[in-house]
Amino acid sequence: MTSIDVSREQFRLSMLLYDTRYRSLTIQVVAMIALMSAAAWLVNNTVENLSALGKDFSFRFLGQRAGYDISQTLIPYTNDDTHARAALVGIVNTLLVAFVGCLLATAIGVTMGVLRLSRNWIVARLAAVYVDGFRNIPVLLWILATMAVITDTAPAPSAFRGDNATASMIFGSVAVTNRGVYVPWPIFGPGWQIVVGTFLLSVIAILVFGRWAKARQDATGQILPTFWIKLGLFVLPVLIADQIAGRPISLDYPELQRFNFEGGGFLDKSFIALTLALSLYTGAFIAEAVRAGIQAISRGQSEAAAALGLRSGRIMSLVILPQALRVIIPPLISQYLNLTKNSSLAIAVGYADVRATLGGITMNQTGRELECMLLLMGFYLILSLLISGTMNWYNARVALKER
Amino acid sequence: MTKIKAFIGPAVFLTFAAGAATAGTLGDVKGRDVLKCGVNTGFAGFAYPDSSGRWQGFDVAICRAVAAAVLGDQDKIEFVPTTGETRFTALTSGEIDVLPRNTTWTFTRDVDLKFTFAGVNYYDGQGFMVRKDLGVTSAKELDGATICVQTGTTTELNLADYFKTQGISYQPVPIQTPAEADQQFLGGACDAYTTDASQLATQRGTYPNPADYIILPEIISKEPLGPVVRQGDDEWADVVRWTYNALVAAEEYGVTKKNIDEMSSSENPEVRRLLGTEGDLGRMLGLDADWAKRAIAANGNYGEIFAETIGVGTPANIERGLNALWINGGLQYSPPFR
Amino acid sequence: MHDVSFVRHEMLSPQPAPASQVGPLRWARENLFSSILNSFLTIVSAAAVILALAHLWPWFAHSVWHAGSLRECREMIAQRWGEDATGACFAVIRDRWKQFLFGFYPSELYWRPTLSFVLLLAALAPILFSAVPRRMLWFSIAFPGIVYWLLWGGSLALPICVYAGFLVGMLVHRLVGPRFGSLLALIGGVLATLIWWFYLAGPVAGLLETILPFLTLEPVASKRFGGFMLSIVIGATGIAFSLPLGVLLALGRRSGLFIIQSICIGFIEFIRGVPLITLLLVASFLLNIFLPPGTNFDIILRVIIMVTLFSAAYMAETIRGGLAALPRGQYEAADALGLDYWQAMRLVIMPQALKISIPNIVNNFISLFKDTTLVAIIALLDPIGLVTSIRADSNWNGIVWELYGFVALIFFICCYSMSVYSKHLERRLRTDHR
Repeated sequence: MTSIDVSREQFRLSMLLYDTRYRSLTIQVVAMIALMSAAAWLVNNTVENLSALGKDFSFRFLGQRAGYDISQTLIPYTNDDTHARAALVGIVNTLLVAFVGCLLATAIGVTMGVLRLSRNWIVARLAAVYVDGFRNIPVLLWILATMAVITDTAPAPSAFRGDNATASMIFGSVAVTNRGVYVPWPIFGPGWQIVVGTFLLSVIAILVFGRWAKARQDATGQILPTFWIKLGLFVLPVLIADQIAGRPISLDYPELQRFNFEGGGFLDKSFIALTLALSLYTGAFIAEAVRAGIQAISRGQSEAAAALGLRSGRIMSLVILPQALRVIIPPLISQYLNLTKNSSLAIAVGYADVRATLGGITMNQTGRELECMLLLMGFYLILSLLISGTMNWYNARVALKER
Repeated sequence: MTKIKAFIGPAVFLTFAAGAATAGTLGDVKGRDVLKCGVNTGFAGFAYPDSSGRWQGFDVAICRAVAAAVLGDQDKIEFVPTTGETRFTALTSGEIDVLPRNTTWTFTRDVDLKFTFAGVNYYDGQGFMVRKDLGVTSAKELDGATICVQTGTTTELNLADYFKTQGISYQPVPIQTPAEADQQFLGGACDAYTTDASQLATQRGTYPNPADYIILPEIISKEPLGPVVRQGDDEWADVVRWTYNALVAAEEYGVTKKNIDEMSSSENPEVRRLLGTEGDLGRMLGLDADWAKRAIAANGNYGEIFAETIGVGTPANIERGLNALWINGGLQYSPPFR
Repeated sequence: MHDVSFVRHEMLSPQPAPASQVGPLRWARENLFSSILNSFLTIVSAAAVILALAHLWPWFAHSVWHAGSLRECREMIAQRWGEDATGACFAVIRDRWKQFLFGFYPSELYWRPTLSFVLLLAALAPILFSAVPRRMLWFSIAFPGIVYWLLWGGSLALPICVYAGFLVGMLVHRLVGPRFGSLLALIGGVLATLIWWFYLAGPVAGLLETILPFLTLEPVASKRFGGFMLSIVIGATGIAFSLPLGVLLALGRRSGLFIIQSICIGFIEFIRGVPLITLLLVASFLLNIFLPPGTNFDIILRVIIMVTLFSAAYMAETIRGGLAALPRGQYEAADALGLDYWQAMRLVIMPQALKISIPNIVNNFISLFKDTTLVAIIALLDPIGLVTSIRADSNWNGIVWELYGFVALIFFICCYSMSVYSKHLERRLRTDHR
């Protein structure tokens, strides 16, 4: 700021305080020293306290036998595995909730955001009730309430038993119980590679076809009925390959045994309750973001699109949403982050996420609070950075390119 | 002056309250004239606040006895609710003076986590509860069952061990609080509910139809529950231990809340020593002569406390069983007051 | 050519519009059945609403308000409405509402938290509504001290002495400023304040206490705080302390000084990257390991510190948004007037940036207030923690929806009114004309 030529002036100590060229340096050095000494103070206290407690700082406990069971595991795990393995099970479970939750929350949020702007009075009102209701009540309460609703309303497995059973399986193969949902699960017999290979090929074919149709539309202006062709590509080849290979993939249906359904796939209730509650809660915030995004697009845009002769569905998908997306994405990122972080409340419904395994049972059994909390915070930090990094990259891609 | 610091502390984000480690817990408790007692956030029969906000229950009564012995008033207590996860840190950090919160005496807790168990106020064991119409009569028949288990305790480890040794499988449903367990179990979301047998009985007593549920005969673990204090402060451990022993001894010698004044002039020298009319046991403990008298007068002797909070006739409806006095075939046994 | 023409001489009286174009029918056509899809949605939603009401109505209609336990409730409902009837047992709310509001605060002293809450509204008024006279701001500044005195009890001398610290600092700043320049004045002011707090405030407060003994209230330990009072204390203190901290962090992040910027970014991103519950666990498990041996302070205070740090990071981002939204011209104009950095910030930038940020600050507060429920996980008896405790009383074991419903209702009322206010502000502050 000062432009006086002071280069020949001799350096005096007071210039460290009064000369704006040096002052910022002084402030930074002071800040650095303060930070360093604070860190040293903390480390020193920690070392002193730990030695007073007779504890050391080591991660060896991760290699010890965990000894507890986990209800939902995506990777093989028994109580003979190590604490590290239990932590990994928790990490996978957290990622699963975060991933499914984000997808579901986006679907719910976009639907509700659009419905809230609906001209249908009752639908708009209901959407508003949903949004305000979920936004203004703590998420922990929603998680507990969702769990309680499932426990109270879904039938127990015993209700499926006997001649005058009060509950029955949907399509004879899906059982919704208050312990979770039992679904048929594929069994891969010999020759399954052919079917899966065909499936992958048809997915590639769908992508290629989509590009080609787009290019053709750009060139000629003709619009192909892509949806039906894609659906055909998706379903038919797999069915044909399945028949040719001699039906290698069969389904394992859940069956009611002594206490529970056995066989098939099982979605734990705690997972369902947690995911549902988190996505409904976050969905309400996303709905607000979507509504704000759509309302931020000036009416002239939709009027101009209508003047071009576009139908209302295409106005939404080609004109409004691409522009609204730029407004929607930044809040969407923070909502995804919130959902991921809120998944740490899983313990309230007994879902074994990383906070419940590593930061709960393991910490409690081994008494290694410091190590466990460091690992836990590190994990969440990395996950948050990854999510925000990915979403920021996507945001940069869809952002309005100004030329 | 300390109050000043406690106030200014938050303003500058650091508070250095009066050093707790130096004086010893007994001195601290006397100095601040209030006992800090760690209790469960809510555990029927053992620790819960009633509608006027007063804490009640079997574990709470131990604290009240200690407060009466040390401070002369059973209400000079600050109750600090703790969960299975927070209880040990609360004790280590000095946030509480004594933890009578149904904590199992185990080797690692005693030796590795550096605590001292001042006695066993309840001999418990882990059991299973099932619906009667399930037709199960033994825990060995629970192969493939879904089992509700409280997390953050030794219970889930015992459960895993038991099913492993039996060679059968199960599906765990971890739950946080007894209230949640009730909800899951009553709703049929789990076939069996496992926790300490005392707790099973207590909770069953509050169900709409307690007769519809049975507690299986298997007791799969030993769960000696007792008040815990920090290791290395033997003076304080002695106070808690002997206050508890006084309650047990009082039952043995027939000293009750009602007759305590008459008993002070009893012929039995042991009772006289206990109630401070003879000898100076209180002074040796760093208290006055009437310490045990006050502890017993607060809520009665061990048997009276048991009967009033969890015994037969209360919703919990628990038999004395292992917790009867040794003269009645139980395990409750106080060393002599001599 | 015919000059026959027909001109009607008497006017027809106006006909009413067709039935389908007026009144409720038209409204229904336009708003409920404008297309097949809309009709479908209308029918589905109406069915859902009716179904939900049909399920909930008997529950409310059969509710019991006077009973001593859940068992009694069930008996009364069965007696009045038949064996299979379900009904709410609101008697538990009647029995425990004081606990929900005040926790374990001594019942004869309930007037203190109540008065504090009323004062809180009065203190917020000048901040929230521009129509309130500016002079009320002084009351807002004095409010934290008064409320500390009211809630925790003890002598009023303590808060007075703490406030006196600020006065001492300002006095030193005034005295030193003209002679030694603004930076030294700042350092001197801060030092004087700290010295006052640590060495002089104690004796002075003791003296005041003896002179004015009538200003002493019965002390109440923070362990006895609980219920919504605890939520409000944590939330309000968190937001009040996080605001200045957030301003500093936001300024640091935009300062352009590399090290300071890095520290601020590191702090903000760390706090925003981890869930609040892990910070609360740190408060519960680790804070005593990080602090000097023998240090031990109240868990509620530790929670408040963590919540403050947590909310400061979010506040910093909110204020940074407000700073970024200010046109550059404002900064340049302040520079052109010859104001130094702090003057420019204090007089030109911050008032505008804060004003733009108020709706988001209110939103921050809403989410912080809701997040206070997480303290239930570390065993503090906030409303959700109290639900567990109450269900442990054998009288009320097995009760669920009445308690959750009550807690949810109170939270909804508080948060919804705040969000309505924040929307109102947004509309008032919106400058584009659409």
